[in-house]
Amino acid sequence: MNGMSPIVQTVARFVKVFILLYGIYLTLIGHLTPGGGFAGGVVIASLYIMLTLAYGKKFALKFFPRRLAGSLDSVGALIFLVVACLGFGFGGIFFANFLEKSYPGAEFSLLSAGTIPISNIAICIKVASSLFLVFIIMAVARIIDKKDGSKEFKQDEEEE
Amino acid sequence: MIELLPLFIAIPLGGAFLITLTAWKLKRLADILGVCASLPLLVLALLCIGNRGVYHIGAFLAPLGINLVLDGFSIILLVIVNVISFMAILYSISYMEQYTAKYKYYALFLLMVGGMNGVVLTGDMFNLFVFLEIASIASYALVAFGCEHEELEASFKYLVLGSIGSTFILLGVAVLYGLTGYLNMASIAQAVASMEKTWLFSFASVLFLVGFGIKAALVPFHPWLPDAHPSAPAPISAMLSGVLIKALGVYAITRVVFNVLGATSLFGIIIMVLGVLSMTIGVFLAVGQWDFKRLLAYHSISQMGYVVLGLGLGMFIIANKGPTLVAGMAIFGGLFHLANHAVFKSLLFLCSGSVEYQTGTRQLKELGGLQEKMPVTRVSCTIASLSIAGIPPLNGFWSKLIIVIATVQAAFLYPSMLILTAITILVSFVTLISFLKVLRYVFLGELPSLFKNIKDSSLFMCASLVMLSLLCISMGLLLIPGLRSVVFDPAVEVLKQGLDYGKQILTGL
Amino acid sequence: MIFPLCFALFVVGLYCVLTKKNVIKIVIGLTIMEYSVNLFLVLLGYKKGASFSDVQAPIIEPVTNLDDFFMKAVDPLPQAMVLTSIVIGLGVTALAIAICIRLYQRYGTFDISKMRRLKG
Repeated sequence: MNGMSPIVQTVARFVKVFILLYGIYLTLIGHLTPGGGFAGGVVIASLYIMLTLAYGKKFALKFFPRRLAGSLDSVGALIFLVVACLGFGFGGIFFANFLEKSYPGAEFSLLSAGTIPISNIAICIKVASSLFLVFIIMAVARIIDKKDGSKEFKQDEEEE
Repeated sequence: MIELLPLFIAIPLGGAFLITLTAWKLKRLADILGVCASLPLLVLALLCIGNRGVYHIGAFLAPLGINLVLDGFSIILLVIVNVISFMAILYSISYMEQYTAKYKYYALFLLMVGGMNGVVLTGDMFNLFVFLEIASIASYALVAFGCEHEELEASFKYLVLGSIGSTFILLGVAVLYGLTGYLNMASIAQAVASMEKTWLFSFASVLFLVGFGIKAALVPFHPWLPDAHPSAPAPISAMLSGVLIKALGVYAITRVVFNVLGATSLFGIIIMVLGVLSMTIGVFLAVGQWDFKRLLAYHSISQMGYVVLGLGLGMFIIANKGPTLVAGMAIFGGLFHLANHAVFKSLLFLCSGSVEYQTGTRQLKELGGLQEKMPVTRVSCTIASLSIAGIPPLNGFWSKLIIVIATVQAAFLYPSMLILTAITILVSFVTLISFLKVLRYVFLGELPSLFKNIKDSSLFMCASLVMLSLLCISMGLLLIPGLRSVVFDPAVEVLKQGLDYGKQILTGL
Repeated sequence: MIFPLCFALFVVGLYCVLTKKNVIKIVIGLTIMEYSVNLFLVLLGYKKGASFSDVQAPIIEPVTNLDDFFMKAVDPLPQAMVLTSIVIGLGVTALAIAICIRLYQRYGTFDISKMRRLKG
């Protein structure tokens, strides 16, 4: 997976900040308008896939390696579970919404609806790292024809 | 005890993600975390016997929120799932040394256990579908764990057929939501009791029957089972055959048909026919097999036919307003056979895994004479084979006897049911024949020279084999009226009250 | 009228799973089946109104009139169900494609009629 031409790389370099911003916006606004963790996570994952396609796999894996993606995956799920169990501790029942739901005079603001924004952020982290991990594992692996006719499967990203 | 119900789902999921996060460097940590996650589940499940209750997640009441319902029928399945999964994890501490990436195995295993606990506890139709998919996807990945030729082919076949079944179930849930407007099982039961049944309702019922039939491997929908169960590693075969087809298939279809859709006599006849077909076709295909695990897989199909026959007979008698004592006996026989089959079938698969771990082969013609080299495996395998064939006083005999007595009692009302009695006894006889064949080829006979140096299995594998054998011997004691009224009678009561389940849940148990 | 069309799409997906020989085409058929059920679920939430402007998305803003909202808004529950179902379908598809890649490594072909080692 080598990179693409300089035109593609330049456009990708300009656009990547806006896509990241759009993904974060979709995640944070999830309790007020359509959006939420899934949609934001998919947008951020597609950002990293675009960078991998434009710049080649070595560059993309330098700042988001496979171990980090695997760990972020589990960390996102564990944060979601911890929030649910904290509902048990503070609110008396599993998954209860135990933070302040809304401040008077600021009903539809960004900091309302209790624990829902925290769950959205956890889901965004998990979905983004999962989709990127799936793409890396499947796209970096190649099947090489050996000289005696059988096929071999190469799945590492350290060598060409 | 009702406040601890979400722990049945939270502990396995938390354990699975914790293992993926921390245990990829240290191998022993994965073993320790796996046992630490499944031992509290076992203890909690045993403490829950005798309680009933409803838990509202997120403090949203029905019909808006998701409920977790613990009644008599859920408790039996919950205990079975957690006991067998603890034994399988104990067994796989030393069995899975031959594979790489053991921590991934534990993570997927705990996900599967969490999914099955969710299916058994939930009181909401769409939540049932979500947990069913979690458990199924984890099991597709676990069947393909070794990545050899046959395992991948079997896993692909299982994946395609299982996904078609899940899609049918989701379409059924969608049609039912369109008809009634609720997703909560209790609210649907109340709405169905006063609704007129159009053709859409029959369409939803058929979709559920086919979808859960594929998951339970009843006969027209069984082709994935003889390929998937032998190819999986041995503790996964024990879990698949011992709990997954029961929790996802038989429990789900019984709960949906008895308590949500309402039992009619047409349903009873269809389920009885499916049960009889499974019993006979399963056992006649099993006798001719020469692969140890494939033979056990075909026997799973046949024994599931017994369970489904008992439950279908109960459904038929309840729908025709027959004597409730006979219906209760038939349902009790079916549920007791469900519990017994979980124990002895998983014991058989673990024994076959032990044989394969030491000798490297599963073909009956290549084995022989292992009786002096592997005594613990031989005794456990003998106990399990006598259980499944129905020899007193082991546990298989009692449950088969109750099903036969129930069919004879039902024949007093409908004389054509005597055919069922004859078929049941014939199938039991053929089961005995095929297990005598297994015992003779594996343990008796002469030892091939390849196997001169093998020894018996290691400590963890032997410990789980011995514990399961003790359970096999002592489960016949559950027939004593004192124990039976605690464990099984609440389950039979829940199934007999049918659509009144809805009213009971909504007004608080 | 639109619900039988969803069911026709379901049957198209089922036909693809049953008759195609390439493993990737079988996975595509499986995804078509799942998408048709998702489509059916979303369309269940529609509220039949007299005119097109009588139907509204179920989002509450500071300026909505609550009585009007309950008359006009579509049902949000099928939309939540479909979000979950799409993600489940994604998981199954990812696992199926991973198994296909491994199958190609082992057997050297994508043709399912050549993978016949398990018999009896």
